Amino acid sequence: MNLLGKLDWSAIPLDQPIPLIASAVAGGAVVAVLVYAWTKGWWPYLWHEWLTSVDHKRVGVMYVILACLMLLRGFADAIMMRSQQALALHGAAGYLPPEHYDQVFSAHGTIMIFFGAMPFVIGLMNFVVPLQLGVRDVAFPTLNSTGFWLTASGALLVNISLVIGEFARTGWLPYPPLSELAYSPGVGVDYYLWALQISGIGTLTTGINLVTTILKMRAPGMSYLRMPMFCWTSLASNLLIVAAFPILTATLAMLTLDRYLGFHFFTNEAGGNPMMFVNLIWAWGHPEVYILVLPAFGIFSEVFSTFSAKPLFGYRSMVMATLFICLVSFVVWLHHFFTMGAGGDVNAFFGISTSIIAVGTGVKVYNWLFTMYGGRVRFSVPMLWALGFVVTFVIGGMTGVLLAVPPADFVLHNSMFLVAHFHNVIIGGVLFGVFAGYEYWFPKAFGFRLHEGWGKTAFWLTLTGFVATFTPLYIVGLEGMTRRLQHIDNPLWDPWILLSGLGTVIIFLGVVSQIVQLVVSIRMREQLRDVTGDPWDGRSLEWVTPSPPPTFNFPVLYDVHGEEAYWGIKQAAIAQEKLHQEPDYHAIEMPRNSPTGIITAFFASFMGFALIWHIWWMVALGFVGAYATFVIFAWRDEDEYEIPAEEVARVDRARREARGPEWLATLERPA
Amino acid sequence: MSQTATPSDIAAAYIQHGPYGVGHDPHGHGHREARGHGSGGPAPKRVIIGYGFWIFLLSDIVMFSGFFAAYAVLAHATAGGPTGKDLFDLKRVGIETGCLLASSFTCGLAYVAATMKKQLQTQFWMLVTGLLGLVFVILEVLEFYEMVVAGAGPTRSAFLSAFFALVGCHGLHVTVGGLWLGTMMAQIWFKGFRPHIMRRLLCFNLFWHALDIIWVALFTIVYLLGAGA
Repeated sequence: MNLLGKLDWSAIPLDQPIPLIASAVAGGAVVAVLVYAWTKGWWPYLWHEWLTSVDHKRVGVMYVILACLMLLRGFADAIMMRSQQALALHGAAGYLPPEHYDQVFSAHGTIMIFFGAMPFVIGLMNFVVPLQLGVRDVAFPTLNSTGFWLTASGALLVNISLVIGEFARTGWLPYPPLSELAYSPGVGVDYYLWALQISGIGTLTTGINLVTTILKMRAPGMSYLRMPMFCWTSLASNLLIVAAFPILTATLAMLTLDRYLGFHFFTNEAGGNPMMFVNLIWAWGHPEVYILVLPAFGIFSEVFSTFSAKPLFGYRSMVMATLFICLVSFVVWLHHFFTMGAGGDVNAFFGISTSIIAVGTGVKVYNWLFTMYGGRVRFSVPMLWALGFVVTFVIGGMTGVLLAVPPADFVLHNSMFLVAHFHNVIIGGVLFGVFAGYEYWFPKAFGFRLHEGWGKTAFWLTLTGFVATFTPLYIVGLEGMTRRLQHIDNPLWDPWILLSGLGTVIIFLGVVSQIVQLVVSIRMREQLRDVTGDPWDGRSLEWVTPSPPPTFNFPVLYDVHGEEAYWGIKQAAIAQEKLHQEPDYHAIEMPRNSPTGIITAFFASFMGFALIWHIWWMVALGFVGAYATFVIFAWRDEDEYEIPAEEVARVDRARREARGPEWLATLERPA
Repeated sequence: MSQTATPSDIAAAYIQHGPYGVGHDPHGHGHREARGHGSGGPAPKRVIIGYGFWIFLLSDIVMFSGFFAAYAVLAHATAGGPTGKDLFDLKRVGIETGCLLASSFTCGLAYVAATMKKQLQTQFWMLVTGLLGLVFVILEVLEFYEMVVAGAGPTRSAFLSAFFALVGCHGLHVTVGGLWLGTMMAQIWFKGFRPHIMRRLLCFNLFWHALDIIWVALFTIVYLLGAGA
């Protein structure tokens, strides 16, 4: 028996220069960063303050950093697909052979959804939700850190597949029977399965953690209908995680059993049922769409209200619309495969339920528009993303309603029209949302704003590039082009494919602008410093703290007397021309940092890798290691430390200093 | 719909009452009576941990529902192979069920003993719980073994795949629960009945009872319906 299972030198794609060079560059960059940090002596700081941190703010920031890196990786895949199609016209071969192109589009979808969009959204929720709720941490801080590291572990496995072995060629959802061992004998699908199972556990822990935090830990006086809208949408999103991700876990486990132990869940023989996979995976997959987009809706709600200097219009209808979408998202999954042939009645039910979701979303869009109406609108960068979202998302939503009509869907199923539609809602909805959130909360996280000019440049380039890339795809979709084509033989589509490629170039410039914005902002951080902790004239409790917030978030818990607690506190201060008197400062207990998360993820990564390559002794070792970590963590007694009252007082007095009468005088008076 | 407070009402409330909440412990956890519904501030740790664990259990039940759904779809896809009627031995499964339900009872007794801080009693009832769980797992493994030897393993038909996955998944949970039980016994033995140990014991109880709930559904849907059909 081979000690390394299926692994040998043939797993390294020496004959394929593109993945080899790409991974050499990426690997080199990672090593360079690690060595640089080592020579600078940053490792102890990084280890104690970040890698083992259980502070929800730091975990949130690390999620966002992971997401940004993975968005770049997914975007590189996107550039390859668009350029391959643009080069492979009229029988030309392009530069990506079919088996490689198939991996690229599979990796693109997988990475963008699971390791780009999800961590970004989860990172923002982690950072913002406890601050908005006016509390000091999430319900389960160590679990939170573990969840992050498991997500990172999954991302690592997907990226390892670039050099060792291959990735799935099955699309981002590995439909059987193609994904069964008989038709995908390589390790690609196994990489997919284990990366998603490991990161899926991380996502589930986040869901449990944030649901508990939102339902059980809120500042005194914050009843449900006084929660900021982002907390509501986060609650809805995390409820969906708790209810939907276990279905993904079960479904992928079944496919794993098929592939590893010869079970017959989804095979063609012995009574297996491939369409059951499609049903199960979309019973998770459709809620997943709302897991991503609902928090984005929450971000837009905060942004529209703040930058219009008005309370959110129709708060209660917004809450209802959010929960309506949350609920209905579970009864629409079949619209992903009307072509299964479930019959007219079934298709009609799912077509109608899908269209009804647009009602809830419509309520939201009107609420956002009415929030701006009569307000003093400031066109800062977060607001630009929000405005761009309204325009693009309405278009994406309408093409969605079109696809929800079963007869139309029979024509458009698996066409480029579908590709254009879901990019329209995911880029225009989720991505614009997290970018707005990134610009909006960046000063809170790091204590300085992002550069306005570069931010606007990035927005306009991304918006233009987005329209230029995806509008042509709608058109070729209507003209009958199917998705995932490695080369194109229909000359009718040529100009559109080329235009779409050009659009990708413009998006690329947008991405570059965003990186430049970050670099420029870091260099100019003294000019961009946010001294008061309230750079946007905010309305919810995260802006009552200094930027960046201290570990303990709040020196004392604030009392909540209504919606927009901080706005009320601020108006009271303006009316009295000073802040309220100092509270009595007390020592605060906070959870200790813990390496549990990173060590668990270390073993999980090994275990995942070993399972992919059938290295059974390593699997056993990984399991024992993970169990030992659990026991050692559980054995620890001192899991909290105390921050002395003097330190709390010092931090809060500095904050009060920065918010003196001069600052109060600059604020808007109540009308 | 009640009248919502206007922004100026809220500001007036802050002028009158001040912005600070009162009566919280240093961790920011609220009054002992607070249940996290707003008025009292964050709930105490015991409530938060128990609640979070319930949410986890719900998610676990959702995962089982995936396997149940698969079983329901594939229950008749026997591919010409043996059916449940040919395979299931209700007598043995009955003993399994008895063991598991009894272990849930002894698990509850362990928690009662723990609240009274009786070390030996707690250890005894936890040991009994663990042994009953072990008997359950052994009987289940025996059943699997006999089926595989008789040519009715999971690779025989989609029905058997779904059966082994669903029942095996439950068995795996019981096994992991057993590992947890052993760890808990050691912790209680060496550390005594500290608050955080008691919270873990509470979670373990919830977990063990949830496995019972799942087993009741499984016993009914898989074994009783399967043996009768």
